[in-house]
Amino acid sequence: MSESPKSNEVGVGGMAFERPIEEIEAKISELESLSQSTKLDISSEIDALNKRLREQIEATYARLGAWDRVNVARNSKRPVASEYIATILDDFFELHGDRAFGDDRAIVTGLATVEGRRFMLVAHRKGRTTKERLDCNFGCAHPEGYRKALRKMRLAEKMGLPIVSFVNTPGAYPGIGAEERGQAMAIAENILAMFALRVPILVIVIGEGGSGGALGIGVGDRVLMMEYAYYSVISPEGCAAILWKDGERSPDAAEALKLTANDLLRLGVVDGIIPEPLGGAHRAPDDAMRQVKAAILSALDELALVPPDELVAARYRKYRTMAAIDGRFPAPPSAGRADDR
Amino acid sequence: MDETKEIPTPSADRRDDAVPSAPRENEIVSKEEESDAEDAGNEKAPERPSRLSRLRFSKKKDMPGGLWLKCESCGQVIYRKELEEKGRVCPACDFHFTLPGSDRIRATLDEGTWREEYADLTPLDRLEFSEKVSYAEKIQNTLKRTGQNEAYLCGRGKILGRPVVLGVLDFSFMGGSMGEVVGEKFALAVELAERESLPMISFTSSGGARMHEGVISLMQMAKTCAALDRFNAAGGFSVSVMTHPTTGGVTASFASVCDITLAEPGALIGFAGPRVIATTIKQELPPGFQRAEFMLEKGMIDAIVRRTDLRDTLAKLVDYAGGD
Ligand SMILES: [Zn+2]
Repeated sequence: MSESPKSNEVGVGGMAFERPIEEIEAKISELESLSQSTKLDISSEIDALNKRLREQIEATYARLGAWDRVNVARNSKRPVASEYIATILDDFFELHGDRAFGDDRAIVTGLATVEGRRFMLVAHRKGRTTKERLDCNFGCAHPEGYRKALRKMRLAEKMGLPIVSFVNTPGAYPGIGAEERGQAMAIAENILAMFALRVPILVIVIGEGGSGGALGIGVGDRVLMMEYAYYSVISPEGCAAILWKDGERSPDAAEALKLTANDLLRLGVVDGIIPEPLGGAHRAPDDAMRQVKAAILSALDELALVPPDELVAARYRKYRTMAAIDGRFPAPPSAGRADDR
Repeated sequence: MDETKEIPTPSADRRDDAVPSAPRENEIVSKEEESDAEDAGNEKAPERPSRLSRLRFSKKKDMPGGLWLKCESCGQVIYRKELEEKGRVCPACDFHFTLPGSDRIRATLDEGTWREEYADLTPLDRLEFSEKVSYAEKIQNTLKRTGQNEAYLCGRGKILGRPVVLGVLDFSFMGGSMGEVVGEKFALAVELAERESLPMISFTSSGGARMHEGVISLMQMAKTCAALDRFNAAGGFSVSVMTHPTTGGVTASFASVCDITLAEPGALIGFAGPRVIATTIKQELPPGFQRAEFMLEKGMIDAIVRRTDLRDTLAKLVDYAGGD
């Protein structure tokens, strides 16, 4: 951990570790407005401060702990689905609804184009304004959201389009309606169905990878994670509450759960990490989104070369042996679905 | 998750008998066992338990395995011996208490037909997960206490003469939580069923994914479904019986996507645990919420089958799967 967040008035949930950075930023903007109003040339002071700022950001982000990363992933300025859609897509035609119950705004789906590559976008939507956030339940999808995603993914298969999935959710919504309409069943159906889709699936965890709610649109041929995203079986808060009956210990839980991009890469759960701009995506959203765009292009181009049979067989193998230690378990069958063998 | 506290469970301190037989249901699960499972759905942190619930907790824990116990479902005080004679079904309200794995196997298969497979696979503390005791230590203690290497038991057997592959997720081993070996054994069982052209019969009782294995346990949801997808494409037939309780990542993966899903009366079946939901929405949950009868009414399971009828029902379903 970079510092004890508890000692800070911001509390365990904040970005307290960014305070030294914010102080320098405040000083810079103060000097800038001073130089404007007084017409004094203080550019050398500002240059010096900018250099200090860069060094401070480098130093802070070089020693981010797991809990700090969780907070970066949740940062309210971090780019969300709607901004990716507006910024990196050349075209987007949204397709709503599950044709059974409703249109869950916590998951957005639609036909997308990036530099001539067409695909089906499936993405958790968190929203930006307070109203949007409430509309999207803060990215916590209901069963109809997962069923909408499945319907559009099947459509993608029929249309011969690859699927790009953006994962960014604290988790599937825990509520009465969600349970009544089969939250567990909807997620399970999606996971099962994604193994049979005969088009490439690219999954990118752009922020929070919250448990089963993430996996419900998260089975892919390539699974990438942004540098400061996290992916976990349970939230650090939930884990701390169970183990220590103490939400204050979320930082300890975050460390124990091994939920950072590097941890997941080391365990073999994700295939790659998309680097973020210095100081995180919230500091330079456009740069971050450009990195994601580049990753989409190269992954889609690569997956486009794989014949459907091989794609489905490799997806099966990937998850059937995921994170396994060589020789620990009996060898599984080598290929996936019989109709693809 | 936290909710396992409210759930009648097999005793946590069955130290001497290798084969669990007469667990005590109304003593709440031990502190350690309670923390073994989490629902994959519980992303919202539950509030700290109130002082009251903690008092209740310690009071119940102190209650020895007496002659009487209180039914979790109807509150009736039951004579323990009568409960055992009734196959651990409440004589007052028909609530089906959790059965330990070995009892389940005995109650399901024809006598002498059980051939266990993959029994030697043992969990590993790959994340070096540490709370008060390390997960590695906890594994060792649970192994000693239960005489089992994992929460999942699988193998071949016969139900009224029909050969099947049976898999049982056992709540008395770390709350039936799904870690790497549980997911692996389910997949291996399904592959055994495919190789031998047998139906796959799956019983579950679980609090969800095993927190101590982090994201590896989450990925078992995908692994089990990968194996089932292959099985389905090869024409395999699977039946899932969800018993009390089946929640979290287990419900949100293999337990819900077998060809036929059954439940025992009164079984708690859901994604998020009731306490997490109540905390999130800040309101009382409706009576019977997430129980088998509720899930049936909402169209989420195919049928509720009483424990005494399960063998006949499973045999019948296996026969139907053979076609005309
Ligand atoms: Zn009762």
